Amino acid sequence: MRNPQLNANGELTHLLTLEGLPPDIIRGILDTATPFVSIGEREVKKVPLLRGKAVFNLFFENSTRTRTTFEIAAKRLSADVINLNIGASSTSKGETLLDTVDNLVAMDADIFVVRHSQSGAPHLIAAHLNAAERRHVHVVNAGDGRHAHPTQGLLDLYTIRHYKKEFHNLTVAIVGDVLHSRVARSLIHGLTTLGTPEVRVIGPRTLMPARVEAMGVRTFNDMRAGLAGVDVVVMLRLQNERMKGALLPSAGEYFKHYGLTQEKLALAKPDVIVMHPGPMNRGVEIDSAVADGARSVILPQVTFGIAVRMAVMSIIAGN
Amino acid sequence: MSDATALPDAEATLLALAERMRGAVAHDAAFVGIYSGGAWLAERLPALVPGNHPVGYIDVAFYRDDYARTGLKPNAKRTELPFDVDGATIVLVDDVLFTGRSVRAAVNELFDFGRPARVELAVLIDRGGRELPIEPTYCGARLAVARDLSIVLSRDDGCLRLAAEKQGR
Amino acid sequence: MKIEIAHGRIVDPRNGVDRVASLYVAAGRVAAIGAAPDGWHPNRVLDAHGLVVAPGLVDLSARLREPGLEYRATLESEMEAAVAGGVTRLACPPDTDPPLDEPGLVAMLRHRARSLNRAHVHPVGALTVQLQGVALTEMGELAEAGCVAFSHADVPLADTDLLRRAMQYAATFGHALWLRAVDPYLGRAGIAHDGEVATRLGLAGIPAAAETIALATILALARETGVRVHLTRLSCAESIAMIRAAKRDGLPVTADVAAHHLHLCDVDIGWFDANANLVPPLRTTRDRAALRAGLADGTIDVVCSDHAPVDDDAKQVPFGEAEPGATGLELLLPLTLKWAADDGVPLPAALAKITCAPARLVAAGAGELGVGRAADVCIFDPLAHWKVERGALKSQGKNTPFLGLEVPGRVRWTLIGGQVVYES
Repeated sequence: MRNPQLNANGELTHLLTLEGLPPDIIRGILDTATPFVSIGEREVKKVPLLRGKAVFNLFFENSTRTRTTFEIAAKRLSADVINLNIGASSTSKGETLLDTVDNLVAMDADIFVVRHSQSGAPHLIAAHLNAAERRHVHVVNAGDGRHAHPTQGLLDLYTIRHYKKEFHNLTVAIVGDVLHSRVARSLIHGLTTLGTPEVRVIGPRTLMPARVEAMGVRTFNDMRAGLAGVDVVVMLRLQNERMKGALLPSAGEYFKHYGLTQEKLALAKPDVIVMHPGPMNRGVEIDSAVADGARSVILPQVTFGIAVRMAVMSIIAGN
Repeated sequence: MSDATALPDAEATLLALAERMRGAVAHDAAFVGIYSGGAWLAERLPALVPGNHPVGYIDVAFYRDDYARTGLKPNAKRTELPFDVDGATIVLVDDVLFTGRSVRAAVNELFDFGRPARVELAVLIDRGGRELPIEPTYCGARLAVARDLSIVLSRDDGCLRLAAEKQGR
Repeated sequence: MKIEIAHGRIVDPRNGVDRVASLYVAAGRVAAIGAAPDGWHPNRVLDAHGLVVAPGLVDLSARLREPGLEYRATLESEMEAAVAGGVTRLACPPDTDPPLDEPGLVAMLRHRARSLNRAHVHPVGALTVQLQGVALTEMGELAEAGCVAFSHADVPLADTDLLRRAMQYAATFGHALWLRAVDPYLGRAGIAHDGEVATRLGLAGIPAAAETIALATILALARETGVRVHLTRLSCAESIAMIRAAKRDGLPVTADVAAHHLHLCDVDIGWFDANANLVPPLRTTRDRAALRAGLADGTIDVVCSDHAPVDDDAKQVPFGEAEPGATGLELLLPLTLKWAADDGVPLPAALAKITCAPARLVAAGAGELGVGRAADVCIFDPLAHWKVERGALKSQGKNTPFLGLEVPGRVRWTLIGGQVVYES
């Protein structure tokens, strides 16, 4: 089965997941992102690469933050950006997801940035466009269900590479709600593809998906053991609705076991970096002293995120 | 001329270019090389042209007009202009001037950093074949070259060399 | 009408027949095998040279989508699909709209089916009113109207007290219960087997225990009440072990597996193929191997098609929003033959799983080709392969995870009551 993200020449034409992408393509995106970082430092924060192209932000699930970063990225590439918060509006009128896509293609969309609560929704759109031979229209997954958030995974990889240079000697720990986390899945695929020797996931069993080890990670239920000697700590956001109930008894108890404090962080390597995809729940998964501390690279992550999204859009739109 | 052996020596041509710039170029003009050949030349020129010349680098990958046809080339470099572009005199430096499209892209990019007082163009080789109204201010050598050949500057152990290659495309 | 089915390989598992001979049909029945009856003058001769002459297939789980769900399929389209697949007798689950919980609905369905003069249709009655799991239906009345058994379709029965009483009541009158083992809570938000694939794709999981817990409940209550229970569409390795033990203990249980579960596993979901969204979910290769082994050793008695036509609109959506189910009537024979070929199961043993074994649960005397029996016959070319494509399917449901694949076994003629109802 051909990877639906690649065209007949093996070039990236949609970005749906990091799973199964050749390492060279991932490295190519990271390399391309580097010059884009500097564009944010200029007088005119814009390059004309996507002039005349229309980027449709198709958000079936609300996320102001992610939508904004894609919007900034597209605008810095000089694309026209159209934001559509679909929510329930068109589906309640009986229009299907693919009806919506066909309509927007008829309005000359070039790139769809798709956020959807259902895993696989961007794949469905990409497969539909591929089947209809609309190969000039590209899909970027901006987060689908629990499945993937590949641009977040890439910006995490970019951040790690920025601070640690290489992957082949790193131990990376991902802490928290791995079960529901598309961020974790994308980062795991990216790290293993780039040859990271040890990726750990840390959390209670209720927040670990079945047979997660098959993705190439080591599971730790004890955070202290899991943090020992790591180079990178990635904290995952714990959704409000999961803090009380069948998965966890309380936010307080969660913080006690899995909240990142200075004291727990001291178990990692001295030059450890701390990452978080945002938005943070201070005092639930991370202590403010850590979030704002010297080891935190959470704000640079956001800056790199724009450059990585610029790189992704300019690469796929050219293929 | 379509014979590779008839190409001039790159190092000698660089000296000829520097000779033309000497005295003519402003003493504080910045030398901004267009990646990759132009960047090598811009690095060498301050030692050959008297004055105080800051060096910058420009990668026009994001400003090219052939993106729609060829997509984004991998390994784009970071544009670095470590001086205030506003009011500066800038000499864009490129290895081979052909259609003029790279220079057009570079000038556009420069203006996204500020408003220079004056922009000049220095090229090692002017091979003709312009598709835009662009002319070099300083030129190392002029050659007539068949359209299907590309003239490529390479650097080996710090030493510059010119070669002609049949175009693949 | 006299029909001579000439020189085919007659495989009648019920009667232990497997030989090349001619089969003579007269007055809707099997008149003779081998030697022609006296004064034989056939109206039609079907040249079955190189073909297999088998009893018409019997399918224990085919949704016809009537009443109420005609946008997915109609009785006409699905009855055509049945005979094209060699299926001459089928049982349909009660999950129609409204559910088959009233004798009038059952009688109407049977009347409609009979008027089409195609496969025999045996409705399975709803076990509770509206399948709501609260009140028992009038099983006696429904049985009189033609229900062969009672089931709760795919709706979980949360109230085990009600399940126990339903079994007691059914046992009182000798009704059989056909049940799918499904826990009402465990994995209720799930859409794929809770394993590597679901984890990778970020799909909510359905653990195997969602089936085995319910199965343990059913078996415990069946043991106590003595009711005849048929377990439909098992999916996990552990379930097979439990059925094996129950049978060893002498419990009157039988079981079936859906044909697609013999060939597919969760990996076949690929990149979110909504056609692989099935109930129960596709599980692991280990489960699949256990299902195949259980079928071969007799723990599982029957292969059913689990035919569930779904319209395109309900499949052209993200995996988790897709309507589960796949078209299956026309694939029952090919998928059973493929299993037999893959695992070295002799043809008569394989055909038993889709003829006499299921027939025992719906109609005495059906699913066999003994002299004097109704001439429901499926004549097929076991070596002909065909590609599963939308255009090749008669069913209105064109969605199946086997689209694009080659399968063995092409039906040439289907006879029901001695009439040719399908030929290709």
